[in-house]
Amino acid sequence: MSAKVEDVADAMFEMVKEYHGKKNLKALDLTKAMIKKFGDDECDKKLCKAAIRSLMDTGRTTYSYVGGSYIVLPPDK
Amino acid sequence: MTEKKRETPLLDELEKGPWPSFVTEIKKSADKGNASSEDLLGVLERSYREKIGHWKHGGIVGVMGYGGGVIGRYNDLPDDFPGVAHFHTIRVNQPPGWFYTSDAIRKVCDIWEKYGSGLTNFHGSTGDLVLLGCRTEVLEDVFKELTDIGFDLGGSGSDVRTPSCCCGKARCEWACYDSMQVCYDVTMNFQDELHRPAFPYKWKFKFAGCPNDCVASIARSDMAVIGTWRDDIQVDQAAVADYAGSLDIAKDVTRRCPTRCMGWDGSTLSIDNENCVKCMHCINAMPKALSPGKDRGAAILVGGKAPIIGGALLSALFVPFINIDEDVEDLYELCEEMWDIWGEHGKNRERIGEFIQRVGLGNFLEQIGLDPIPEMVIHPRTNPYIFFELDEEEDE
Repeated sequence: MSAKVEDVADAMFEMVKEYHGKKNLKALDLTKAMIKKFGDDECDKKLCKAAIRSLMDTGRTTYSYVGGSYIVLPPDK
Repeated sequence: MTEKKRETPLLDELEKGPWPSFVTEIKKSADKGNASSEDLLGVLERSYREKIGHWKHGGIVGVMGYGGGVIGRYNDLPDDFPGVAHFHTIRVNQPPGWFYTSDAIRKVCDIWEKYGSGLTNFHGSTGDLVLLGCRTEVLEDVFKELTDIGFDLGGSGSDVRTPSCCCGKARCEWACYDSMQVCYDVTMNFQDELHRPAFPYKWKFKFAGCPNDCVASIARSDMAVIGTWRDDIQVDQAAVADYAGSLDIAKDVTRRCPTRCMGWDGSTLSIDNENCVKCMHCINAMPKALSPGKDRGAAILVGGKAPIIGGALLSALFVPFINIDEDVEDLYELCEEMWDIWGEHGKNRERIGEFIQRVGLGNFLEQIGLDPIPEMVIHPRTNPYIFFELDEEEDE
């Protein structure tokens, strides 16, 4: 794996921003999209998990519950 | 318009009778000056009067970094009942077996009286210690104070729900493995999955030390780990003879054996252990005379659920025997394999038992790399046609 956690987290954040108000994204939606974007030799599920944790711990995204759990922008953003 | 406080004729009915009343407890909390408890009485009385619930749940509510542990609850009458405009539920990861010191409970309750309604469920049906009712702005403070005294939040949403277990070897002579230790190990190993929801829907672990299954794991969990044994039931014939004086062994024990694998000739109990299905009936009936065998471990069953969305499912046997006290890593690997395929192809809000029904047990087993065995058969096939791969025929 050569993609960095921060790069994947940034790409995930952009995707969440892009879909904000249009479609709720689950962790798996982001993971699949990142593996496709970076390639499976550069990015895997473990890396994506670390990227999601980074997004949550820095407060750039948060979880919402609407029947299922989704990753969304915090209400103040 | 604010409802006049404490006119609760319908709730008052629930205080009559010899049993404890949740209404009495809410009133006690309200009498201490807790505004949310006061308004809780008001909204509940109104719901009973109108026959309409006034709660909604979900949304963006939680603590920084976690996707589970807090269930956002709001009232749709915030102007009438401002004390319960927010009334979020906090799930606190319970200790395995629900063992606490009284000091630990006092500390949790002190925190909850400081920040929340003071009302709790010991315990919710998830197994968690449930704190009922607080506002969004106090969540981080509650979380910090709970972690300061050694507690953590439990699961909620599409994640690993807080694993729960029976009291196991701490208090039960039938425990075939250390259910509390395995529950603790699994909880610690899957912290990321517990706090950061990433599944199509919830995933519940329950650990029962023996086939009595006191935590009802077979019916209430996606993965049930149930203690069992591989050798013969241990029999103390002298103790059996003692039971014969007060118990009709033929009527109440051997004839109730589901596989009729037992015999009683009036002086000796015989057991055909090959045909024993570990139902525990005979052991429960004569606990001083019979006990599980010495070669103990656990069986792993998958796919159970209670009927929330769709119907109830009982778990199916996947692993007939595992020495789980030593091989818990194998359980982790099995979970990872199942989560991969379920995460990839599961529909939103589809439990793994429903997923397995949809794709077929055979296909699912093939994908996770588990060989099919006769014990996995739940019932005789209803389809008379048998499909087989051509290469299987050639192999033979």
